[in-house]
Amino acid sequence: MSLQFSEKGEEKFQEIMGRYPNTMAALLPVLLLAQSEFGWVSVEVMDYLAERLELHPAKVLSTATFYTMVNKQPMGKCHVQVCTTLSCALRGGYELLDTLEERLGINTGETSSDGNYSLSEVECLASCGTAPMFQVSYSDGEIEYFEDLGETGRLDAVLSELNAKLATLPDPRKMHDERRN
Amino acid sequence: MEEKFLSRHFSVDKAFNLDVFKEQGGYSVLTKAFSMDTDSIIAEMKKSNLRGRGGAGFPTGVKWGFMPRDSDVEKYLVINADEGEPGTFKDRYIMELDPHRLVEGCIITAWALGLRTGYIFVRGELQLAIRRLEQAIRQAYDANLLGKNIMGKGFDFDLYVHSSAGAYICGEETGLIEGLEGKPGQPRMKPPFPAVVGVFGKPTLVNNVETIASVPFIIERGGDFWAKLGIEKNGGPKLFGLSGHIRNPGVYEAPCGITVGELLERFGGGMLDGSELKAFIPGGSSCAVMTPDKLDAQMGYETLREAGSSMGTGCITFMDTTTCMVRLSARLAHFYHHESCGQCTPCREGTGWAYKVLNAIEAGRGRQEDLDLIMDVIENIEGNTICAHGDSLVIPVRSYIKTFPQEFQDHIDRKGCPFPVWQKRRKFAAADAAAE
Repeated sequence: MSLQFSEKGEEKFQEIMGRYPNTMAALLPVLLLAQSEFGWVSVEVMDYLAERLELHPAKVLSTATFYTMVNKQPMGKCHVQVCTTLSCALRGGYELLDTLEERLGINTGETSSDGNYSLSEVECLASCGTAPMFQVSYSDGEIEYFEDLGETGRLDAVLSELNAKLATLPDPRKMHDERRN
Repeated sequence: MEEKFLSRHFSVDKAFNLDVFKEQGGYSVLTKAFSMDTDSIIAEMKKSNLRGRGGAGFPTGVKWGFMPRDSDVEKYLVINADEGEPGTFKDRYIMELDPHRLVEGCIITAWALGLRTGYIFVRGELQLAIRRLEQAIRQAYDANLLGKNIMGKGFDFDLYVHSSAGAYICGEETGLIEGLEGKPGQPRMKPPFPAVVGVFGKPTLVNNVETIASVPFIIERGGDFWAKLGIEKNGGPKLFGLSGHIRNPGVYEAPCGITVGELLERFGGGMLDGSELKAFIPGGSSCAVMTPDKLDAQMGYETLREAGSSMGTGCITFMDTTTCMVRLSARLAHFYHHESCGQCTPCREGTGWAYKVLNAIEAGRGRQEDLDLIMDVIENIEGNTICAHGDSLVIPVRSYIKTFPQEFQDHIDRKGCPFPVWQKRRKFAAADAAAE
């Protein structure tokens, strides 16, 4: 029972391969594709990609572990990432992080036991004019920015939106098994 | 009201669609560009005094002149859209609101230098920008503005979006090239420069988003016209991102040479109610900090250098009197430590030690000798690394200590921070103390 891209994933894989003169260059976009297909990038996923791209597994490991958006463990369905770097620190980024710890019931760096939310503190997301803000990476590979969260009522509205979205998102912990042939 | 260029479409509904972009006159400049040869296009670029908008400020026309011309070897265009310098958020606006302008600039650049393939290297977090660019590129292919025999001129050019995956160091041009090749983004030794050996071992032109988005205007209106919009050696208008403790944070277009004070008052709406300006960073976190007496400094590479800092990306962060400079320098040191690629020891270790010492001072555990220690640590980073990442920590940290020495001394004397909390920040400092 080995891992395999879905039909749509395979199509995307072929399209990505067509953009570059060698398979190594396709590795980064393919890692992100694999994450949206398999939930997270396990050693098993890395080995599958090494085989598909005809690369040494160590090359895949090296790149996968350098980039922060490649999850080497399953995250929550909604991975909430709060910027606290410069302008966000000045405009309430830490306060936002504090509030989220309370509201989500987890500490920074943790995933809720139901697998719904992960919370992280991250570096500058190029959203300095709309601080404070966070980015949510969904388990289907989509990413969304939520900005100007200092405005009254805005955070409540965003959290309700995320809660409503949970049912439509796959559980990263189970996605490996759904893609075995 | 000055004529707008780069921000012209920011308020036009759906300007990211080809039909709207064309209605606004988009892509019409291609006819003129295709009637010009390499030499005349590079000449206009040089005359325009356009400086690279990614932060280093290298004259764009000169950089283009480094690309080999009389050879059949494959050459690449790479757009640096890995915007991530803390305080910087301007390129995102171009990619999300006016992506066709960037595509248009890429086509002219590729035509001028005989480049057949281009990659727009976008930081992975900016998914909206990636989607808008991918859509713009698809539309351009359908309209024969990309692909084979563009507009019947016998010129082929393919353009792709490459998504990165979260590494600030890929904004460094050789780190970016490594990233594009699928490797960890560890910058390369220079020389050889990318114009000689770049991506896939081939000559490569790496330019910032805003730089290339300026190209269509320069070709349309002429290099002299662009140069006159700015000041000496700093041609044209540019995008300025204003953030921090101000009333109207955002991205605004203004001519190079505008003063920081005018940007703050005319566009930023001044400081927040009850806030008093204490300091500002003129072009991203790696620039030296400046004080209110420098508000009349003009936004230009030379003028800001004379005023003791640098232009960087032109995105200014304003801080009011409640801001603790010790805490801010510790926070920035944390950023540079986190984002260090790790290949050079002085940067990998030095940024981490700088963070630890600055954080200790902030948390009230500072010793008198720490002030000398921190200078020793950062001076051992400076100039001893492959790329400028380490230096980008040295410059701000030294400036915070030299500009606000009393604040650092007070933290040590009072064994704590007298400024209001950033909430969470304090908890971390306490946790660090408990761990030691």
